[in-house]
Amino acid sequence: MQFGIFSVSDITRDPVSGETPSEAERIDAIVQIAEKAEEVGLDVFAIGEHHNPPFFSSAPTTLLSHIAAKTKKLIVSTATTLITTNDPVRIAEEYAMLQHLAKGRMDLMLGRGNTAPVYPWFGQDIRQSLPLALENYNLLHRLWREDVVDWEGKFRTPLQGFTSTPRPLDDLPPFVWHGSIRTPEIAEQAAFYGDGFFANNIFWPKEHYIRLIKFYRQRYAHYGHGTEKQAIVGLGGQAYIAKRSQDALNEFRPYFNEAPVYGHGPRMEDFMEQTPLSVGSPQEVIDKTLTFREHFGDYQRQMFLMDHAGLPLKTVLNQLDLLGEEVVPVLRKEIEARQDPETAKPPTHAGRVKDKYGDKPARQPRPNANRGDNVTGGSPYQDEK
Amino acid sequence: MSQNFQLVVVSAGTSDPSSTRLLADRVAGRVTTLAGKRSQTVGTSVIELRELASEIANALVSNHIGPKLQKAITTLQHADAIIASTPVYKAGASGLFTSFFQVLDNDLLIAKPVVLAATAGTARHALVVDDQMRGLFAYLRTVVVPTSLFAATEDWQDNGLNKRIDRAALELVALMTSGFEKTVRDESWGSYQHEFGSAGGTELTIDLDSDLMRLAAGGAAS
Repeated sequence: MQFGIFSVSDITRDPVSGETPSEAERIDAIVQIAEKAEEVGLDVFAIGEHHNPPFFSSAPTTLLSHIAAKTKKLIVSTATTLITTNDPVRIAEEYAMLQHLAKGRMDLMLGRGNTAPVYPWFGQDIRQSLPLALENYNLLHRLWREDVVDWEGKFRTPLQGFTSTPRPLDDLPPFVWHGSIRTPEIAEQAAFYGDGFFANNIFWPKEHYIRLIKFYRQRYAHYGHGTEKQAIVGLGGQAYIAKRSQDALNEFRPYFNEAPVYGHGPRMEDFMEQTPLSVGSPQEVIDKTLTFREHFGDYQRQMFLMDHAGLPLKTVLNQLDLLGEEVVPVLRKEIEARQDPETAKPPTHAGRVKDKYGDKPARQPRPNANRGDNVTGGSPYQDEK
Repeated sequence: MSQNFQLVVVSAGTSDPSSTRLLADRVAGRVTTLAGKRSQTVGTSVIELRELASEIANALVSNHIGPKLQKAITTLQHADAIIASTPVYKAGASGLFTSFFQVLDNDLLIAKPVVLAATAGTARHALVVDDQMRGLFAYLRTVVVPTSLFAATEDWQDNGLNKRIDRAALELVALMTSGFEKTVRDESWGSYQHEFGSAGGTELTIDLDSDLMRLAAGGAAS
């Protein structure tokens, strides 16, 4: 099982100090946070995508390639990449490039995005968000698997003889997670392609996620990718940890009370009781996280939201120490002991190369000399006739 | 054949007892009597919005439904008829009242019969129910009975109010016992807009044979 952190990339005033970090400070901080994640033994770092203040992450592949260059083992990912307002051709190109630079230590999670004005800013219509997401991904899926794509759809200008470059590393498309809160069509698409399904598991009571994950598992099996237990599921969560639970409650409360989205709303204790939020000692966070697999079945990736709501960098780094040293090692051991043996392994580039090629060498596409177009003649690559 | 109907009173009155609740209770009592004359029984539950005030506010600002609010939603989901009663503040229904109905799923109350009632300190607010509240309940696709109830201070000593209560109660009983809601829901539920998990968490139908599902499984957008 993989453990990691995901960041929304919010730049929020610290309610305790009253300070709001600058964009420059917060961007420096996120790189340190990602490096720290690797240092404390976490597997994954993921960043969101936004196109409005107070968020900084508008260009996730730029940030993630920098982080990949500064780390050795960490998988970089997104939470989420907007499959609606990004051109799927640009997603294909940018993330394939990231995959090469990160030597396969990357994947991505697709989401529709719920900031209404982003759609018109990028020339899209939020009322078409779902068909747009589904069609865009159908195209993205082909762009990474077919050297030359002819395509015509409803939303994007048609493609004739288009080759998305670079081809994916080892000719193996990046692993894709589909994030959704309550949309069966997204779960269906994840299942149809045998991709991963991610439930952010933060805002709503768990019953909402249980239903959709169950549906995804059934459809994953229906499409012949494996059994329901072998479907690839990721979950979010959020935690604030201190050695003593009372300290955790006291320290986190001012941040909870003013957090974007749920701040100025429910009492923290009620929210802890009714949602996956854990605020407490390492053991309390462990106990609560261990209940997730009982509700959702065994899963492959657990992500924690740790750096939001104005928490200062020093606190976040300290949180990561506690998460990496006191929480995750116990979770790894406990989950390994309890996990159904049928459970799929979490997706890694090396593992997926092995699944695709066995002991044979992976395909390494070499282009032919430029002939001016891709439309006439055969493949632009030497090994394809 | 005797049936047992679930009547739900929603009251946004704030004092205890409030005239808003009193008005609703008068209707509920009359509904029970009239149904009894038709050999039907009625079980009444009451949702006092005052007790849900903070959870309603939380749901509005953070989409988070607390346990007391969830219980109220489940109660309404099983309602065969509803009496919704509010005080009038500043020439409109109480914000607590409208907020509650605004956080409900759009499809929770489809085809349910409703009596609307309001109380106020002066008769100058008399049209609030018909002019303002009906629109909200039309949006929720409920069936509001023709007679709206309004009680200003002076109405509590006027037998005219009793007559209007009788009328509204009979209208509600007629709709409740007619099977209207059941017919609409049984035969036409799919023609209303739903989301996965809407109708208070009970709408779990997934139509695999839709255009969007075909698109999700690699097909083309229509």
